[in-house]
Order: sequence, then C-alpha cells, then structure tokens
Amino acid sequence: MAEPIVRIRNVEKSFGQNRVLRDVTLDIERGQTVSIIGASGSGKTTLLRCINLLETYDAGSIEVDGVEVGYRSTGNGRRRRRSETELAAIRADIGMVFQLFYLFPHLTARQNVMLGLVKVRGKSKAEATEIADHWLDRVGLADKKESLPAELSGGQQQRVGIARAVAMSPKVLLLDEITSALDPELVGEVLLVVKRLAEEGMTMIVVTHEMTFAREVGDRVVFMDDGLVLEDGPPDEVLLNPKHERLQSFLKRLNLAGIFAT
Amino acid sequence: MWAAIESLPFLVQGFLVTLQVSFLVVAISLVIGVVMGTGLVFGRWWLYWPVRLYSDFIRGIPVLVLIFFVYYGLPVLGLNLDNFWAAVAALTAFKVAHVVEIFRGAVQSIHHGQMEAGKAIGLTFWQRLTWIILPQAVRRFLPPWINAVTDAVKGSALVSLIGVVDLMLAVQQVIGRTYEPMPLYVTGAIIYFLINYSLSTVSRRLEVRFSYIRD
Repeated sequence: MAEPIVRIRNVEKSFGQNRVLRDVTLDIERGQTVSIIGASGSGKTTLLRCINLLETYDAGSIEVDGVEVGYRSTGNGRRRRRSETELAAIRADIGMVFQLFYLFPHLTARQNVMLGLVKVRGKSKAEATEIADHWLDRVGLADKKESLPAELSGGQQQRVGIARAVAMSPKVLLLDEITSALDPELVGEVLLVVKRLAEEGMTMIVVTHEMTFAREVGDRVVFMDDGLVLEDGPPDEVLLNPKHERLQSFLKRLNLAGIFAT
Repeated sequence: MWAAIESLPFLVQGFLVTLQVSFLVVAISLVIGVVMGTGLVFGRWWLYWPVRLYSDFIRGIPVLVLIFFVYYGLPVLGLNLDNFWAAVAALTAFKVAHVVEIFRGAVQSIHHGQMEAGKAIGLTFWQRLTWIILPQAVRRFLPPWINAVTDAVKGSALVSLIGVVDLMLAVQQVIGRTYEPMPLYVTGAIIYFLINYSLSTVSRRLEVRFSYIRD
C-alpha cells in the first residue's frame, strides 16, 4: 500500500483535566475520503483542527505528505514548535472549510478565493482571477463572483468557502461540520460539491453529523467517542454492523436504524 | 464687538497653533498607539504587561497633571522641553493610551474565525493582520477614534496653562486688552466647534467608505 498522505500517530490532547484525544492513530490514503463521526465532545473536531495546528496537541505526531505539521521532533522524544513561516507554508497545502464559513466579509467572493493565491502562492492578479473564476464556476457561483459574503445565502457562502480552500490545490482538505450551520434546504447544494470533489480524487477528512452523507461519500467511516477511535472501516460495515456498543447507541440515538435498514 | 473682529488675525495665529498641536498629537499618537495596541492584543506577556500598565496608569491621571509633570517635572530629571513640545509630548502620551484601547476594542471585535481562516490558507501573522484583520477593524476603529481626535483638539486648550499661545490663550489675551469677554469667548467657541464639526463630517464619510455592507 502506498504511503499514507496523512499519518496521525498516538496523538494526545487535554484541556485541563479533560482528555479530549487519547492515543489517536489514523492513516489516510491519498485520494481517500474519510468521514469522522461521533457525539459532540467526542474529539472529532479537535482532531481535525490538530491536523493544521489550529489546535495544539500535547504528544504524538501528525504528518502530512511526509512533513511533520506543527512540530519538529528533535530526537529523544522532544519536539519544537515550528516557526510562523514554516507553519504558514505547511498550512497552505492543507485546505480547511469551516462550520461557520469564516469568509472574509470585506472581500467579494472572487477576492476571497484570490487572497491566498496571490499572497501565499505568489500568483499574478490575472492568474489568480482565472483560478478563482474556475472554482467559483465549479461550485455553481458563476453569477456571484462580485458579491460580498453578506449578500450570499449560507449555502452560497459555504460554497465560496470550499472554492477558497480547493483553489490552493491542497494535498488534503479538512471539512469541519460544514453543513451544520445551514438551513436544511441548503445542505444538498453544498454536499453535492463535496461529493464531486471526492469523485475527482481529492483527499478529504470530513467531520460530519450527516450520517447518510458519511455513508455515501466516505471510503471509510471513523467513529470517535470520548477521545478514542472506536471503529474504523468501510461505511456499510461501520454504520450497518456497528460492533461497538457505544456506536450502536449513538446510531440509535440518531434514529438511523430505520433509514439504513432499507 | 469690534474688538473681536479687529483681533481676528491674532486669533488666527492661536488657531494655527491649536491646529499644529492637535495635528502632531493625533498623528504621533496614532502611530505609537497602533504599534502598542498590536503588542497588547497579540503580544506575549513581556509585551502585553508594559502596555497594559502604561495604558491604565496614563488614563488614570488627569491630563493637566501630565502636562505640568512634563513641563515642570522632567527638567528636574534633565529633560528640558520648551512649552510647545512639552505640551505636544504630554498630550501625545495621554492620547496614545486612548488609541491603544480603541485599537484593542476594534481588533478584538473581529471574530477569531477570521484569523483561523487566514491561517488555514497559509497566510503568515503579518499577512493576516494586513489583509484580513486591519481592513475589517478600521470600520470599528474610526468612530471612537474620531471622538478621541475631537477630544484631543478640545484638550489642547489646556496647553494655554503652560503659556503656549494657542486659540484659548489668544482669546484670553485679547480679552485682557479689551475687557470684552463675551464676543471673544463666543468667537473662540465657534472656531473650536467648526474644527470638530468638520472632523465628524469627515468621519461619517469615512465610515461609509469603509463599510463592506453595501446599502
């Protein structure tokens, strides 16, 4: 099997007394889409945020494409936090889409996508405009390029968020509950965009509450509970035949048994 | 009444000094205040605490005490400023503290997600500050800052107490010659008002200019 693009090894993190990640080890293959599910507080979002060091972790290591992300091991178990410049360069290759979009409100949709291309990738205005327009077309916002975020619906804003992330051609895309803040009728348009990306071979880690989506789009589903990875396998196996009692009760609480039985 | 009109050229001299003092104070305090404010919001403890202490201390004492301290007190320590520069220095030191707090408020009102989104696309700290945080913070910085600027113009009248012939002292000197306080105080008040009113007008224009919600 090829080298995994994301290698998470024995990651530990505590907020005070509360251990939110316990010895998490996970590999993600190139081109794979992995859904992480679990109850609120299970650590899934924290794990995702550790991958591009929006959250620090106490021990273990995370590598993306062979490069240790937030820290550099200096031998005998010690590590040093990477400098601001090193971190920025590494983060540029890791895309992230946020639950609350976090578009830049003072910039138009196009400028939102262009900012990283110009300032980080060093593209010319013309090149960046071309790339931005390409991706905005792809997410179905060809007619909204000049719009400010405040003039867009939630679903449209989130699609700009996706375009902003993928325009950087990241090695891996992190999606953090990207439909949780959307009105139900807007969820579909966003998930459709993600599904297309998955089909085209974008490597994605998707933290989600949408079980049907996790099942459809994911090559793998990972169930986390209380900071631990409890199950990890093909969607149907994990969601239809949950081995672990915690996952069984989690799915029961979501009342999904009926949906998946069909 | 005539006295007021005849003395106008002299009052204009004072008016120019008031403008000069105000302009220097506002410009210097803006630069220093923003730099120190950045230290306060983003700095580690060794940057944070000195700024915090400075701001709290300065804002806790009357500005007149500060002016007298710089003019009468500092020479004891070997720093001799003439009254004009002592006035500018004291008012600037005072205004810096306000700019620091206004800057802090403006920057902290920007959602932390904006910083995160900037990190996620690989921008460095200074890039995030320049392209994401500051452009948004300007809008929230301007209104209270213009207030602080008008305060600085009004507060500059205090420099008359160490003998700087600004608008205030010019008015008083003319009154000393003509014994006609009413028309002169009214003239002085009108000039102060005109300065500050035009400032607020400019401010409203700027706020519209920097607003990113199109109406």
